[in-house]
Order: sequence, then C-alpha cells, then structure tokens
Amino acid sequence: MSRAETAPAAAPPRGRRTAVVPPEPRGRGVTGWTTLLRFALRRERVRIPVWTASVALLLAYVAVALDALYPTAAERQARAALVSSPAGIMLSGPQYGIEDYTLGAMIANEMALTVMVAVAIMSISLVVRHTRAEEETGRAELVRAGVVGRHAPGTAAFAAALVANAAIAVASGAVLSAAGLAPVDSFALGAAVGVTGLVFAAVATVTSQVTEHARAASGLALAVLGVAFLLRAFGDVQELHGSWVSWLSPVGWAQQIRAYVDLRWWPLALSLVLVALLLVLGAALAARRDLGAGLVPPRAGRPDAAGWLASPLALAWRQQRASVLAWGVAVGLTALACGTFVDSVGTMVADNPEIAAMLGDPTDLVSGFVAVMALFLGLGAGGFAVASVQRARGEETSGRLEPVLATGVGRVRWLGGQLVVTLLGMAALLVASALGLWLGALSVGEDTFGLADYLAASFAYLPAVAVVAGVGAAAFGGRPGLAGLAWALLAYSFVVTMFGGLLDLPSWAGAASPFWHVPQLPGADVEPWPFVWLTLLAAALVGLGLAAFRRRDVPRP
Amino acid sequence: MTSTTPAVEVHDLRKAFGHVQALDGLDLTVRAGEVAGFLGPNGAGKSTTIRVLLGLLRADSGSARLLGGDPWHDAVDLHRRLAYVPGDVSLWPSLTGGEAIDLLTRLRGNVDPRRKELLLERFELDPSKKARTYSKGNRQKVALVAAFASDVELLVLDEPTSGLDPLMESVFTQCVREVTAEGRSVLLSSHVLAEVEKLCDTVTIIRAGRTVQSGTLAELRHLTRSSVTAVTLRDPAALASLPGVHDLVAEPGADGTRVRFDVDDDHVEAVLRAVTDLGLRSVAVTPPSLEELFLRHYGDELALLDGAGSL
Repeated sequence: MSRAETAPAAAPPRGRRTAVVPPEPRGRGVTGWTTLLRFALRRERVRIPVWTASVALLLAYVAVALDALYPTAAERQARAALVSSPAGIMLSGPQYGIEDYTLGAMIANEMALTVMVAVAIMSISLVVRHTRAEEETGRAELVRAGVVGRHAPGTAAFAAALVANAAIAVASGAVLSAAGLAPVDSFALGAAVGVTGLVFAAVATVTSQVTEHARAASGLALAVLGVAFLLRAFGDVQELHGSWVSWLSPVGWAQQIRAYVDLRWWPLALSLVLVALLLVLGAALAARRDLGAGLVPPRAGRPDAAGWLASPLALAWRQQRASVLAWGVAVGLTALACGTFVDSVGTMVADNPEIAAMLGDPTDLVSGFVAVMALFLGLGAGGFAVASVQRARGEETSGRLEPVLATGVGRVRWLGGQLVVTLLGMAALLVASALGLWLGALSVGEDTFGLADYLAASFAYLPAVAVVAGVGAAAFGGRPGLAGLAWALLAYSFVVTMFGGLLDLPSWAGAASPFWHVPQLPGADVEPWPFVWLTLLAAALVGLGLAAFRRRDVPRP
Repeated sequence: MTSTTPAVEVHDLRKAFGHVQALDGLDLTVRAGEVAGFLGPNGAGKSTTIRVLLGLLRADSGSARLLGGDPWHDAVDLHRRLAYVPGDVSLWPSLTGGEAIDLLTRLRGNVDPRRKELLLERFELDPSKKARTYSKGNRQKVALVAAFASDVELLVLDEPTSGLDPLMESVFTQCVREVTAEGRSVLLSSHVLAEVEKLCDTVTIIRAGRTVQSGTLAELRHLTRSSVTAVTLRDPAALASLPGVHDLVAEPGADGTRVRFDVDDDHVEAVLRAVTDLGLRSVAVTPPSLEELFLRHYGDELALLDGAGSL
C-alpha cells in the first residue's frame, strides 16, 4: 500500500516512477547530498572517531609489542618461518620481505590483513546503515519526499565512508610513522587500508540494491569480502608473493603494494577503478527499482508456526539460531586455523624466549600453545554471550516484549528462556573451538592430545564466560543502562589475560578478570574451587538479574 | 467469574516517570460484557494505564483490579484470560505474520485454529510474509487476528485501528460486535471518536493523566448541548436572551431568517417552543457528537470545564 503511494500520479518533474528510466536533468539526481552527508556524519560522530582511534591504537600497540617481542633479526626470522606455513600465509599476506623480516615487513605482511578486514566490515555496515536500512525502516521515504535526488542518499553514504576511511588511512600512516617506520611506506599502507575500505563501501552500495533487507545487503557484501579473503589466501599459498588468483582479490591488491619492502603504488589504482565501476553499477541498479523494493522479490515464508514454536525458550532459539550458527562457524574455523599451528609452535618458541614467556610452561610448549588458544577462543565465546544477553534489551526497546508478557508468560520464564539459549550457544561455541583445534592439529599430524583434552581445555572457560553473561543479565534486570558493563568486563579480561604477562600488571588487576582464575588446560593442575565459585558467582548474578527484572517496569526507558 | 465483577476497576491511579506525572488520579471502570471507550489525546496516559493493567508497570499509588485480580501479582494467570493489542505493533522481523500469530496465541494458551483461519480471511492478511515486510496496517492486523482468535474474557485494545483502511476498520467493528455478543468485555483506547461512538457503551475521557469525564454516551450527552438549525419567518434575535441559548448566529435569507445556536439540553423544550412561535419553516436538532464532547474538553472551553465535569 505505502509503496504504491510513493509513486504519486502527480509526479514532480524529477519523476519517482522508476520502471522506465526517465531522462534526468544533469546533477539533479544527487540534489541534497551535501545536507545528507552532514546528517550522516552527525549520526556517525561517535562511530567514526572510535573506529579511527581503535585502528590507530591497535597499530601502535602492535608496532611496539612486535618490536619488544622480536628485538633481533634471528628472532624475526624464526617468526618468518612460522608465518610461511600454509596456515600462516592464509592468515597473513604474500610474504614480501620474508627473507629479511623487518618490523615494517612484519606489520605489512601480518597486520594489514586484519586491519583491512575490520575496515571493510566498518565500511559495509556504514553504507548499509545509511542506504538500505533507511529504506527498510521507511525513513528514506520521508527523506526522499523532500527536495532530494534519487542518488543523493547513496552518494552521501559513500561520501561518509570516504570520510571514515580517509581518517583511518591518515591516522594509520601517522601512527606507523611515529613508531619509527618509513613515513612514505607508512602512509602508503594507510592508503591501502583506506582504499580497501572504499572498495567494500562500493560493494555495499551494489548489494544494497539487491534485496529489500538491510541484513541481506550486509550479508551479501560480507560474502564478497569472504571470497576476496579466500582468493587472496589461496593465491598466496600457491606461489610466493601470490599467483594470478591473488590478483583477483581487492584485498590482494592492497597487499601487493609491497610496503616497507619495495613500495609500488599502482595496485591501488586497480582498487580505485573497481570502486568507480561498482559505484556506476550501484547507481544504474538503483535507477531501475522502486524505493524500498529490491531487485529480487522476497520469498514467502511459513503461513503458520512449527509446532515447537510455543514457548519463550523456543522463540529465543528461533531468533538466535542463525547467529549461533554463524558464531559457531567463525569460532570453529578460527580454531581449525589455530590448530594447524600446533606442530610449528615448537620450532618457533625454541627460538624466541619472549613468545615462550607468553605461552607459559616452557617445558611443554604444545600444551601451553593449546591452552592459550583455548583461552583466546573462550574470550570469543564471551563475545557471543554478551551479544546474546543483550538481545533481551533489544526485545524490550523494540516493543516486542510487551505483547509476550501480556500473554500467559511470566517474566522469569521469559528471561530464563533467553538465558538458556545464551548458555546453549556458549556451550556450542566451546565445542566448536575444541573440535576445530583438534581437527586442525590432526591435519598437521599432531596427536599429543585427544578430543577429550581439547574439550576439557575449552569447557574450563564455561563458568568464566557465564560470569560475563551474568553481568549482562544482572544489568538487564536491574539497570539496563549499564548493559555496557558486560562488554567492558570482556574487553578488560581480553587485555589482562592476553597481555597481562607482557604488561607486567599486578596480580589483583588480573584477578578482576574471571578468565584469569581458570586453570590453563591442558597441562595445569586442576583445582575444583575456581570452577565452583565462578559458577556460583554466575548463578548469583543471573539470580540477581531475574529478581530485579521481576520487580521493574517494562518497558524501562 | 460472576458477571457483577467489573472487568477493570481503577481508582485514583498515580504513576510518575522521573519528574513527569503520567497518571495523576485516574479512574476507569469496565463492567463485564461492555465495550468501554478510553479517550484522550496523545500523551494523556492511555497506554500507561493499560501497561499498569497488564502488570508491565507498577503504579505508585491507587488501586487497580483486573478481572477480579491484582494486575501486578496475578499477571500471568490474568493474562490467560485477556488478549492485548498494542498501539504500535512491533513484530519479530525474521518470523512470518502467521508464525507470530501462532506464537502469541500459543503463549496465551487458548488457541482456536478455525477462528484464526477465518480472521486471516476477513482481515485479508497474507500470513506467509516475513514481518519485516509488513506495513503498519498489516502489523496491526497480525496483533488483531492473534487477539480475536483467542477465547478470552477481556480484550485490551490500544488504538487498534491506527493504520487500518476504512474497509478493515469495518471488519474490526464487526469483530468487536461479535465479541460483545458473546458477553466478553472490551477496553478500547482510541482517539478515533467515530469508532468509540459506534462501538462503546461507556466512555472515559482523560487528560493529563486524570479522568475528566466518564459515563454512558447518553449520560454524557445529557450534560451537554444540542445544536439547532432553523429557518424562521420572523426575526429570531430575541432567542439569544432566552436561558440556555448559546452562540446564536442569524442570517436573513430569501425565504426567512436562517438561525443557528446551541442549547443546553435541559432548556430544549422551552427554546423550541419559542422558535415555533417565530413561524417555523424548517428545523434540525442534532445531538452532540463525541467529537464535540471531546473538543469541549480539549478545545477552547477546556479551562472552563476542566475539573467541573467529572461524574
């Protein structure tokens, strides 16, 4: 109904009917884009600085930490040997400078990929947020009914992505230069990161045209990112410095500038040409469709619910199963990749006492490595747990909770259902991480530990993850405004457990993290007490959340 | 449940959100088997009252009884006996409309699958579409189908027709009539006056969290004026001095003088007699519409009537 109304009979000169592309006066298609750009930047005024600062801090930290961890050329070459394994290449780059592995070459080869993937995700979500998401919610209808050209929202969204990526590029270059690396190469690497972000911003302007839904638009663009990642990985494994397959990927182009080794700029031109082509394609597709509509018509779903969809628990599962699956695949694949490092860890650590210090017990390097990986993956499960618990708040603020509580569903039963799904999801992720580590290790012929050892190592973190989830549940029940505490605790735990030894923190600082108390398996002695009191603490937090939720107003502003 | 227990009974209800006094001494009664209109402008406190009745919000003071129980303590048991349609329906984006209907009716526990099919047809709702593709009207229909398909004693409807087209509004009207024919009770909050006038036995008008008038439609009309339009042969100016006559306007025309005025209902007889004596060519007397009652409370005369009108 509303769709039909967006194409009024008395169309203004710039006609909103789009089945046939009307000739448009030059420049009118983007009328109003500067206003929309200012509006977009106003909405992103927190996110863009946070992203920029995060990338800059990460690069600064890595530059300082790698310099401290690998002070001598011999130690850097030992790391080069580790990175040159197939699994290492898949997670790093085309290995430029591997024969003389300087700090710059190390950052360009290993860190650039992580930063580019992060910036690509940022760019995709930014563009989708200002284009398809606006259409899906109907806000775009309001905006486009003003003196605003058809291509203005898309133009403004891409321009906002341009601003964000430019800020990140400049900040990255500045930070790396400040760390003592060659300034020209540093800014070239920053530019490569920013241009790669722009490529995926442009990809998102195209995928935003395809379906009616913002989530599908993000998903398609992320799938393109995944393919680009895999093509680069595959090509680089085939040949040193990458085969022709690597050159099919925009991520590959950005790494082919050979920063800090033998800098060349021209691969970035490929990215810029691709950006231009994608923007033209996106604009052409946008001109062919109605506002709010996609190129692919939506599929029909079930006209009635499956028999099991009859409880708050079932509803919570129905809403979260896709995300449990996605997290499971991500954690499982990460674990698989980590598992393939297990056999090479011995050689690496033998040459590098700093790494050995981080991995714990130097007499049993493999178990130390597995324990650290299990901790790392446990923190990943913590990320899922916090996101999952916070869905309860999403249900409340969106107004979906009230009709449910107006049926025969009590508050404890509803919140309990949400939390049971969180718990099951956590357990599933820990299984996925154990399976991934086990299979990864088996694939490189490392069979010191069986599946049961890996399961014990990862499930040891279940009570700690539950404490983080419990903080989220308690906040939701009592003070929804404090929901960010759970993320803060997780981030804090990440920093102190991963880098506590290197940063030389006092022991009380570590003890504030629930992960700090978990014995690092396999290898460590198992004391039951940490598990008991972490479990009791988690249960108490959940109980507090449930009790407070029973007593408070819904919705609570 | 005996029919003498009111479905809803609220006295002197108060609720503040920080410094904002959302409810400030609100009274509301819905007798068993009746349709009670709950009128007020946006922000008057209608939704807050309903949320208190549903046990979602806890009142600061005052009493609220729902189907003979305490809305906060007995929430779950009471909810099995009522169905609720929120004013702004928000659905799970990844579920279809049909799934949402089934889920909500199952959670309540009184499913009547045949009635659901029938209602889907009457409201012309495609249940196989994902909820994120629904317009506001269609989301409203999902909640209405889920509510009407349930076999419950009380329907709590918060501005249920916002977003429905006139055709669907008439389907809604029929559904409410069927519900009352079965002896069930309805609390209908609205600012669509015609709808309340058409459907409701009693009306409660609230403003700024306080009940300013309530009663049956007939009782409310008794308190008010009727509009008279007449054409007379002789000059009607003298009518203006009669007791109970307000806002008299006279325009001379070809076949006499056209006069319009309002008259207090307890003076109607004397005034009409006087009009007849002027040589009556035609006359029309219309009872006040709810629109006029409403405007009287929220329009220009607000200051005069406020505080004096409560029954």
